Amino acid sequence: MSSAIPFSAQLINLFAAVILLLAFAMLAQRRILALVNLFALQGLTLCLATLVAAVTTSQVHLYYSAGLTFMLKVLLLPWILHRLVRKLNVKSEVEALINIPTTMLVGIVLVMVAFNVALPISELSHTITRGTLGIALAVVMLAFLMMITRQKAITQVVGFLSMENGLFLAATSATYGMPMVVELGIALDVLVGVIILGVFFFQIRDQFDSLDIRNMEQLKDN
Amino acid sequence: MSTPLSIDALLIAACAWLAVGLCGLAAPRNTRFISKILFPLGALVGMLVGLTALAALGGPAQTAVLAIGLPDLPFHLRLDKLSALFALLLGFAAAGISIFAAGYFREGEGTAPGVLCLEYHAFLASMLMVLLADDAYAFMVAWETMALSSFFLVTTNHQHAEIRRAGFLYLLIAHIGAIAILLSFGVMTGGAGDYSFAGMRAQELSPFWASAAFLLALAGFGAKAGLVPLHVWLPEAHPAAPSPVSAMMSGVMLKTAIYGLLRVSFDLLHTTIWWWGVVALGVGLVTALFGVLYSTVQSDMKRLLAYSSIENIGLIAVGIGLTLIFHAYRMESLAALAMTAVLYHCLAHSAFKSLLFLCTGSVLHSTKERSLGKLGGLIHRMPWVAWLALAGVIASAGLPPLSGFVSEWLLLQSFLFSPGLPHPWLNMVVPVAAALVVLVAALAGFAMVKFYGIIFLGQMREPGLKDAHDAGNWEKAGLAWLALITLLLGILPSTVILRIDAATRQLLGTGLADKLHEQGWWMLAPISPERASYEPMIFLVTIASTLLLGRWLVRYLYHGRVRRTTAWDCGYYFQGPRAQDTAEGFSQPIRRIFEPMFRMLRHFPTARDTAPHYSVKVEDHFWYWLYLPLARLAARLSTLIATLQGGRIAVYLMYSFITLLVLLLVARP
Repeated sequence: MSSAIPFSAQLINLFAAVILLLAFAMLAQRRILALVNLFALQGLTLCLATLVAAVTTSQVHLYYSAGLTFMLKVLLLPWILHRLVRKLNVKSEVEALINIPTTMLVGIVLVMVAFNVALPISELSHTITRGTLGIALAVVMLAFLMMITRQKAITQVVGFLSMENGLFLAATSATYGMPMVVELGIALDVLVGVIILGVFFFQIRDQFDSLDIRNMEQLKDN
Repeated sequence: MSTPLSIDALLIAACAWLAVGLCGLAAPRNTRFISKILFPLGALVGMLVGLTALAALGGPAQTAVLAIGLPDLPFHLRLDKLSALFALLLGFAAAGISIFAAGYFREGEGTAPGVLCLEYHAFLASMLMVLLADDAYAFMVAWETMALSSFFLVTTNHQHAEIRRAGFLYLLIAHIGAIAILLSFGVMTGGAGDYSFAGMRAQELSPFWASAAFLLALAGFGAKAGLVPLHVWLPEAHPAAPSPVSAMMSGVMLKTAIYGLLRVSFDLLHTTIWWWGVVALGVGLVTALFGVLYSTVQSDMKRLLAYSSIENIGLIAVGIGLTLIFHAYRMESLAALAMTAVLYHCLAHSAFKSLLFLCTGSVLHSTKERSLGKLGGLIHRMPWVAWLALAGVIASAGLPPLSGFVSEWLLLQSFLFSPGLPHPWLNMVVPVAAALVVLVAALAGFAMVKFYGIIFLGQMREPGLKDAHDAGNWEKAGLAWLALITLLLGILPSTVILRIDAATRQLLGTGLADKLHEQGWWMLAPISPERASYEPMIFLVTIASTLLLGRWLVRYLYHGRVRRTTAWDCGYYFQGPRAQDTAEGFSQPIRRIFEPMFRMLRHFPTARDTAPHYSVKVEDHFWYWLYLPLARLAARLSTLIATLQGGRIAVYLMYSFITLLVLLLVARP
């Protein structure tokens, strides 16, 4: 069985597994700066996975994707987030709505669901990376879970970015990446989104003296 | 017609209108520049549009592609005979209304004149684009531009809360209509994804989907035209808008809806099913009867005219219904007769209703009064307006020799042939409809007598009316132009029908022209001279000669003994102006006879009242039967839905997450 899977595919599967592991690590991580570092690491692994896919299939635009991922998700966004965390003085612990062990258990269930759902889809695909589709979906769901269970606005942004990582992985694994235009567009979206959210953080903090999103319940339209 | 193409000329005209409007923005407060230069320029463009369209009526269809809008989605435009006919209507009506507007808009009335100028000309240009559009995309863009620009025109005096309310109601119903139209277009593409009209013509729809498309179009265009029960915006928006705008909306914009309905039911849809005609006929009859009854009991002059517009739209819908029935049974010559009546009535109504709305504008400016109960005797102070209004009133009442009579006569003529229908049930019901149409025509006469008699005749009900002055020269010119159209439409029916015939022929494949060619221009006998014919000149000559002879006889026989006395005092010496019949009093018999049709709030004085006071307020049943329940339902549903809004972001995210999970699990391959 293992002989049927070429080395490069195994390598990609390995990287994908690392990404999933990192997603769990992010779910379990309590400190914000460490969370950002984990995110950067996830981006790096994603970049490596794309690079391997690019070398194996010798598709030029995958190189660009890998480069873009590296620039954006490993260097630029973590740097912006680090700056934000420092400026906003939110080094304190991440507060979760649900305690972490429960979150991890829910996460495991989600991974099973994701694999179950992705199985018939990946059978339709003919790429060498198709095995990772379930992992990609699981990463998306875990990131979503992180957004739901965390209370600080900044951790939600990290969750959002991590979800984008998962989507990117899904795109690479199912179809060797999206068209370049789409990828560039998404990259720009993410970048602009983070910058705008950064501005919002300052506004939120000025308004409520904290970044706790529970304060925003007051904004409800009555 | 190789060079220059009429469609290019019309496109240039639309651009010219927009340019004139933009010029208004250059000096938004310079009323003099805007009213004396820009509006006459707009009128000139309108005239050119009318003449170009008149020329295009005789030529072949022309197309153009305009690469604006979204990439890969250009505007397809087409000028065929139907659009040319309505462009003709738009151009000539716009010419008169713009000339009138040059004298009408004053300083310090709500929106700055420059902005108003832009909105007005954008409104004109968008209506022209609606007529030229040849794909659903261009049509909807123009249609929505038309709705939006007219919304801003309606809310010109937006400082009044009730005008804002009227504007909102108008916008709401316009949007509901637009949704229905969009869905109708969607159905007509038949899933092929080709939204050009040519693509829709090529579709062969099953009867079910064709009916769905027709009903959606009837609802959508009916909302714009004011068919019951989507008419409620009309009596609110027309009084709220400045008079030239009301004239434009009532005279032209309602016709664009008729144009759309004709375009969909006779051009884009291949099949015609007989019961579509019955639906249109029924809705039209209810609308006409409803409109005319409510117009008789109004005491605000512009509301009266607005309800009268509803009535006329109802008659047009009746004509469309009849055409559909005849067309479905392949009785093409009769269908052509009914279609001619429809198109003729569109032309006639656009002229006479614009004329009447403009007259109310003059009266309003001169007296600052819109309630009929405070007017009266204005024919002495405003002879020009009064005499020109008389032309509109006679046409609107459907009396010979003016335009309204011709179209209503044609409509009734086509009803007389309905016993030939091969359907026993229709044979019995359609003559009843004819009787109702006659009732509507009679009541319309009543409403017009009330309108004219109370405003212009009798004695002045208020002392302030003595200071009323006649309209200025620009206003007179605009009114005279529209009155001239009304007169020409009345006395030259054959000539006009020969022009209209091109459009009829395009839609139905046959027309009335062959029969009319055999007869002279003075006579109109759509089926055969033995059966029925109408010679307007004879009416005109008889009426004019009787009047002149009478006047001469009076002058001659009673020479020097003519004396003037108060009008309509019935011989009583003490009858003062306050004792005249009021607007409410005049329509009291109608209110009594048709009592179940109205929702009346009456306040009677009692014997012990120190300040006796009588008031009656007539309200629309549809508000209480249809609109308020719907509004309450919407409010209740939105409170239910509002419970979803907990204010916690985690919960909101959870909604998306659960949706995602459910979709993933449900939509598994």
